[in-house]
Amino acid sequence: MELNNPVSTNNNQHVHRDDVGARIGMWLFLFTELLLFGGMFLVYAVYRMKYPDQFHLSAMEMNTTIGTLNTIILLTSSLTMVLSIAAIQKKNKFLSVVFVSTTLILGFMFLIDKYFEWSHEIHNGNYPGSEVLLNKKNGEILFFGLYYAMTGLHGLHVIIGMIVLSFMLVFLLRDKITFDNYVKLENAGLYWHLVDIIWIFLFPLFYLIQ
Amino acid sequence: MANGTIALAEKSFYQEGTTKRKTGLFSWIFSTDHKRIGILYLTSVTFFFVCGVILGELMRLELIAPGPTIVNAETYNRFFTLHGVIMIFLFIIPGIPAVFGNFFLPIQIGAKDVAFPRLNLLSWWLYVIGAVFALTSLYLPGGPADTGWTFYIPYSIRTGTNVSYTLMAAFILGFSSILTGLNFITTVHRMRAPGMSFFKMPLNIWALYATGWVQVVATPVIGITMLLIIIERTFGVGIFDPALGGDPILYQHMFWIYSHPAVYIMILPAMGVVSEIIATFSRRTIFGYKAVAYSSLAIAFFGYLVWAHHMFVSGLSETAAIVFSFLTFIVAIPSAIKVFNWVATMYKGSIDPRTPFLWVMAFIFLFSIGGLTGLVLGSLATDVHLHDTYFVVGHFHFVMFGGTGTIFFAALHYWFPKMFGKMYNEKIAKIGVGLFFIAFLTLYFPMFLLGYNGMPRRYFDYLPQFHTLHFISTMGAWLMFIALSIVIGNLLYALKKGKKAPANPWGGVTLEWHIPSPPPLENFEEIPNVTHEPYDFSQLEGMEYGTE
Repeated sequence: MELNNPVSTNNNQHVHRDDVGARIGMWLFLFTELLLFGGMFLVYAVYRMKYPDQFHLSAMEMNTTIGTLNTIILLTSSLTMVLSIAAIQKKNKFLSVVFVSTTLILGFMFLIDKYFEWSHEIHNGNYPGSEVLLNKKNGEILFFGLYYAMTGLHGLHVIIGMIVLSFMLVFLLRDKITFDNYVKLENAGLYWHLVDIIWIFLFPLFYLIQ
Repeated sequence: MANGTIALAEKSFYQEGTTKRKTGLFSWIFSTDHKRIGILYLTSVTFFFVCGVILGELMRLELIAPGPTIVNAETYNRFFTLHGVIMIFLFIIPGIPAVFGNFFLPIQIGAKDVAFPRLNLLSWWLYVIGAVFALTSLYLPGGPADTGWTFYIPYSIRTGTNVSYTLMAAFILGFSSILTGLNFITTVHRMRAPGMSFFKMPLNIWALYATGWVQVVATPVIGITMLLIIIERTFGVGIFDPALGGDPILYQHMFWIYSHPAVYIMILPAMGVVSEIIATFSRRTIFGYKAVAYSSLAIAFFGYLVWAHHMFVSGLSETAAIVFSFLTFIVAIPSAIKVFNWVATMYKGSIDPRTPFLWVMAFIFLFSIGGLTGLVLGSLATDVHLHDTYFVVGHFHFVMFGGTGTIFFAALHYWFPKMFGKMYNEKIAKIGVGLFFIAFLTLYFPMFLLGYNGMPRRYFDYLPQFHTLHFISTMGAWLMFIALSIVIGNLLYALKKGKKAPANPWGGVTLEWHIPSPPPLENFEEIPNVTHEPYDFSQLEGMEYGTE
């Protein structure tokens, strides 16, 4: 992501920094991400209206414990994200590095949970194209189709977020992010919160409609 | 408009770059200078335009007589799919904003560059990667997609051709388009020169600004839709496939939620360019500046709410159909406001009918026909009769090629001296535009008659009664090929042998005419302080202008 300061690298090395501009750009980008997931939520809404009972039935097979655990993990990671920004604002580089690292670890834990959850479903035969699934009713096939597509795309966003945060960690260590120039970290944080907020909607839609 | 911005004896952006390497290919493809990126886009967009034209010519040749002529039916299906994908995703959508927007948006608002120059370069790279995806499908087993550019379900899931590659191409190109839009919006908000309030911006900027919003708001929806089909094809996940309970109509909705606003991504920047050219060559401030500016936003807004008029025969509920039909008529109002204001601007103006102006005249005529036939399709009763016929093909080509395509050439002729510092031969250019106009009507007008008489679109063969009109249309296609060759050839010749262009050949007053041709790397020696209205031609006193 190059959504950081606009820097015109010309012969004069005239560096133009515009934090507000960088934030506007990031918010616009987040808006497009919301619409991207919005399209999937639309598909979900239509099919749930069409097959309410079968969606209900399929949701019974979801593991609410793991889902809740993941919600807690992601929410906590958002907290550590905010704390890392607060730390750098108070010139505490060490603490900021610690909190970004904690966020990364929590993101990783989320993915491990997801891995076990998906393996469990696949073990039960609920994967696209499997005989178990194809013998089920249409609404159930669609529920699982959407489950994999939506949590899969969300998982991809978690991975992208972690890559961005790893860069932020390097920037912090190399003093590219400082107490008076932290818009990069702020924007990375915004992205992380987006990933979090999408999960907050995915969680009830797949786990809590039993 | 600006005070003392002419800088003499400065190096142009061709001599001075942003990269470490001073010359060669790398100084271009890694340059973050908005002007170089604009020219990169111009090169790639023109290349794909020529590809699309060749495919179109082959299709017209196939249709010269009933029955198989040069290709078989499957190849024909691939031709029209590829023609559509190339022309829409690789030519018309990036055409005006990515080429002329990149080059002139920062200059017209008095900035040194866009807000995110590196992101801008990334957009071009994504464009290239998307194009590579679209072309790879040609050489892989299975061949290019044969679904039409609309990728309707369930055929796009069942066909054995490389639909996924084409979809991936559209996804990546969409991402490129989003980044351009995001960049432009931020630039307009943050980088305007002192004194350049929103209502002192040239109308081109208003149009690009509105386009940026449509790009940001609409494109992600097609992104996710394309992605879902790819997932569905690759992993057999049930989402749209009716065999697994999916709803193909839902796919159509999602497709058109983007693809209808997309036609405003295509036409809005063209309308911006028209306002510039008409003002300059009429030597008059644009009539109803605010109305034209707001109508851009209105088109962007209402254009978002009319998508289902593509689906009147898909089994939409009657209420929905009536609402969408009504909204479709509403969009015609801001478009008409623009056309009337352009014509009113010319009234009592001091008109100088140079080549760019003639292209704009061709645009107003062709686009009006395109727009009015759009209303025929937007009203429910007539649409049932004309749906999926050549009438739609005719309408679409009148608004897209007659509208955006024509203005692409108008903009090229208007800004060519500024971009390349060379003048082209006006006599040949005028012959080119005249021939283009005749060729256009010969090529596309018969399509309205064909469609009205029941010739369905996308058919490889037809009944003998349609022969004459198809034959005329193919003749028009050949004429079009000659016209385009003259136009492009003339510009290429000018690039090599053209006379040196002055800073202000047409007597324009927006900021780009206050700086040398071609502009220096940083555009302005110092950021101008804007005191004039955008089309205040009193500035021409004391300014050197004209081609002599």
